[in-house]
Amino acid sequence: MNLTNYIRERLQQKQILLMTHVVVGYPSLDDNWTMLEMMQQSGVDLVELQMPFTEPSADGPLFVKANQQALKNGIRRDDYFEFMRKATAAFDFKILMMGYYNPVFVMGHHEFCRELHKNESCGFILPDLPVEEFGDLFEYSRQYELSPILVCAPTNTPERLRQVLAHGSGFLYCAARKGVTGTKTTLDQSQDGFISRCREISDLPLALGFGLSEAADIQQLHGKVEIAIVGSALLHSWQENGPQGYQHHLAGLAESCA
Amino acid sequence: MLKELFEFDRPGYYGPYGGTFIPEILKTTLDELVLAFQEAQADPSFWRQYVDVMQSYSCRPTPVTPLENLTKLLGGAKIYCKREDLNHTGAHKANNVMGQGLLVKRMGKPRVIAETGAGQHGVATATMAARFGLECTVYMGEVDVERQRPNVFWMEQLGAEVIPVTDGTATLKDAINQANRDWAATMESTHYVLGTVCGPHPFPQMVSYFQSIIGQESYEQMKKITGRLPDHIYACVGGGSNASGIFLPFLDAQQVELVGVEAGGKGIDSGLHAARLQGGTPGVAQGYKTYFLQDDEGQMIETHSVAAGLDYIGVGPILSYLHDQKRVRFESAVDEEVIDAAKLLIRKEGIIPALESSHALAAVIREAPKMKQDEIILVNLSGRGDKDIFNIAEAIGDEKWNQFLKKKVENL
Repeated sequence: MNLTNYIRERLQQKQILLMTHVVVGYPSLDDNWTMLEMMQQSGVDLVELQMPFTEPSADGPLFVKANQQALKNGIRRDDYFEFMRKATAAFDFKILMMGYYNPVFVMGHHEFCRELHKNESCGFILPDLPVEEFGDLFEYSRQYELSPILVCAPTNTPERLRQVLAHGSGFLYCAARKGVTGTKTTLDQSQDGFISRCREISDLPLALGFGLSEAADIQQLHGKVEIAIVGSALLHSWQENGPQGYQHHLAGLAESCA
Repeated sequence: MLKELFEFDRPGYYGPYGGTFIPEILKTTLDELVLAFQEAQADPSFWRQYVDVMQSYSCRPTPVTPLENLTKLLGGAKIYCKREDLNHTGAHKANNVMGQGLLVKRMGKPRVIAETGAGQHGVATATMAARFGLECTVYMGEVDVERQRPNVFWMEQLGAEVIPVTDGTATLKDAINQANRDWAATMESTHYVLGTVCGPHPFPQMVSYFQSIIGQESYEQMKKITGRLPDHIYACVGGGSNASGIFLPFLDAQQVELVGVEAGGKGIDSGLHAARLQGGTPGVAQGYKTYFLQDDEGQMIETHSVAAGLDYIGVGPILSYLHDQKRVRFESAVDEEVIDAAKLLIRKEGIIPALESSHALAAVIREAPKMKQDEIILVNLSGRGDKDIFNIAEAIGDEKWNQFLKKKVENL
């Protein structure tokens, strides 16, 4: 089933879907697996598996350290794809590759898409690759039935939004604010305008991310977007309160989606 | 060739290198910057204003000095040097920051941020910010903060906030990442004064534009002093801004050989170096496509150089293109010969070069003796070495200096 249909179908059972995030290799592959098991239990709908990179320039301090530590832990490309393969086989939620462009560029577009397909990922998010630089990534994505998820920002001009959204697939990743990941976002009317601009231009489901952390954030998004994205906040819980704190946090988020 | 360089089909591309690889959040800001830069370029009064500022504030035109003693000692080509060390704040970095400062004034933004490696660009930006009344934050790798304390001191005195960056290898590339993160949140009020010919479009072009004042002056000066253009021009290459600055105006003079000298660190074979065009492969990071020092999976690897300003994973996309076109020949110099080159210039010519610039000198010292006496070399002395006093003194192992430091510490 294609990603958009999967999203629409899941939406029949709940108000909003939840997408969460794992930096593969941090704190460890075993911990990552525990996180995914908890996500499965809580009914998470989509998971981004971040491929660690030495220069995570769109990430805030928490994910920067996570990327760095994952690499220090010796995570290589093969480990990443092997983890993806096991995860897609074991869990119900859809899995997306998330990461920076250079490892993809070095690997080659064709090889990258083939690997994702082979390991049953449904698509990818490359935050530092603007739409005009995708080149044959679009073609290979079609060939291997992948959804390249495009990111749009509240600072985009209407022309630019149209340009980005014209190439969208799966869903649109709307960055809730300026800045990098991990800093708390106060949801207010400022996002509404941006969301409705996206809605006017595209029929795809919208996902809102960057700085969402609590159940209350998600409740506020009911009826506004189809997917809420929580990344850094969950990792923060793991670090502060261990697996139990993580599970508790996750359960609260999942409940607020119902 | 110079004209075509900026007329590739895709704006901001130089052959396959360059481009704009940035998170979507910064797209509008970079588009606005491209526009502001194009308008300034099209306004003849802007360049005049720039030259005036550089004259009244930064001692331009900087002289070309014949290095007669060095020439005699080496017994080959005649050696001249372009004195960028005589700029205000002691390096060619002043050219770029004053230019971007004027642009910031045109755009009306009240705050600037910058990354810095050696600290020269940070000091230059802080100076510009003080002069133009702008708020200023400088990101600097923690390793570099340690290597270049005097520059940190001056930046703070100039009113800049210096933020040490501890991520990654805690050097220049990490400072750039951190500056980008700041910019992604503050772009409405803030201009990112990128210090070199790297990063997303329009930075490689814009920084080259301001730095080309070096080559433009040199072109006229060499004709006046020697009656012709030089046969060889040498410049050190970190990101590549001083090299681009002196090379570009000579690009169409095919008889002039252009030589870029990268940091050989502890030797190319040791893996501890920053010679991207000898050990690097094409990649995409920090907003642009170029040769990077990376592993076979696209992870950046640690670089090394005795000169903080050359200790960087990437190189300007224009230079990568000129490398592929074989218009610029790239060499490297190892730490040891760089220190020796600095010592030699100090002793023989009474000029104290920055360790960065000493890379270019090291290549000249290596190659000049093999040249004919009627050949002419121009070397870009991109900065002065006062800032390197701690490093040079350590490399020389000066006992009296060590005692002085000990006493200073005891008296604290």
